[in-house]
Amino acid sequence: MVKIILRKMEYEVRPGMTLLAALKKIDILPESVLATRDGELIEEDEILKDGQVIKLVAVISGG
Amino acid sequence: MRHHKLALCKDHYLEWVPEQAERFIKKYRMFTRDEKILVAVSGGKDSLALWDILQRLGYTADGLYISLGIDEGIGYSAESQRLAEKFATERGLKLHVVDIKSEYGETIPEIAGRTWRGKEKFCSVCGLVKRHVMNRIARDFGYDVLATGHNLDDEVAVLFSNTLTWQGEYLLRQSPVLAETPGLARKVKPLCRFYEREMAAYTLLRGIEYIYEECPFSEGSTSIYYKELFNQIEHDRPGAKLTYYLKFLEARRKGLFSEQVEIQQELHPCTRCGQPTSAPGECAFCRMIGK
Repeated sequence: MVKIILRKMEYEVRPGMTLLAALKKIDILPESVLATRDGELIEEDEILKDGQVIKLVAVISGG
Repeated sequence: MRHHKLALCKDHYLEWVPEQAERFIKKYRMFTRDEKILVAVSGGKDSLALWDILQRLGYTADGLYISLGIDEGIGYSAESQRLAEKFATERGLKLHVVDIKSEYGETIPEIAGRTWRGKEKFCSVCGLVKRHVMNRIARDFGYDVLATGHNLDDEVAVLFSNTLTWQGEYLLRQSPVLAETPGLARKVKPLCRFYEREMAAYTLLRGIEYIYEECPFSEGSTSIYYKELFNQIEHDRPGAKLTYYLKFLEARRKGLFSEQVEIQQELHPCTRCGQPTSAPGECAFCRMIGK
């Protein structure tokens, strides 16, 4: 499985799908996050592999 | 970047952002390399990215950090100050630090807790205090211009809010550049055409450490709600945010608002601090602090 982390939330998706498909699966808008693996940005069309941990960086700030 | 139909590698992206910023600075005639710039730095991604970009472009830019005294169990102000100071120290840049509690006797949460304005809108108190202090430091230290890190998403959220209630006066004032007036420094927003996501990517790729946690008081704010709404629109129609903002600027320039609404406000110097205010007597800041 692929683990996706956003702040305190953790999700798991099946490997073999693109990042974009994975975000859709867990109902997160790609416009609201940046996806990183080991601190490096990854592309939306990258296919996620088993055992990977993807950390999402929320981009919205304000008040 | 679907909205620009552009895909860049890391190195080219880190070149593209400052190049675009320079283009906007010149297009809107924000400032020149002969002028002294004060950058309002919060420790967040946008203001630190702005300071980084201005420094790389060769502008003379000092920073201003305002310690608001927000803790809420996560040491929010302390951590954001640490990051702003770290950024300045590592690059040998000058940072002014103003501590609200030391200067005015109370933190922002304390002021908000005892005022009518704060009970209604906490962020309004914070905004009023920050605007006052930014203008004071700019004036006292002879800066020509005050630069803030507002990005496109910030501008779109404000524009949408003011459009929902047709705030003519605010719509007239929303601009990449607010010209200086007696007692008020020129205000500029060099990042106003960058998507928030683009600035987050810039700080990440540049390796700038910023405060990731939200201000605890911004949770549930309308500006975040509007940003989320616009992210959905942008997802369905790439480029919608930029078009909305740029078409607004174009409409304003063509007089869509000013021809129909004549708003002229006479400003008076505040009897206590001297900064311009709309009504004779003390300004809103001094009235709030003095209570």
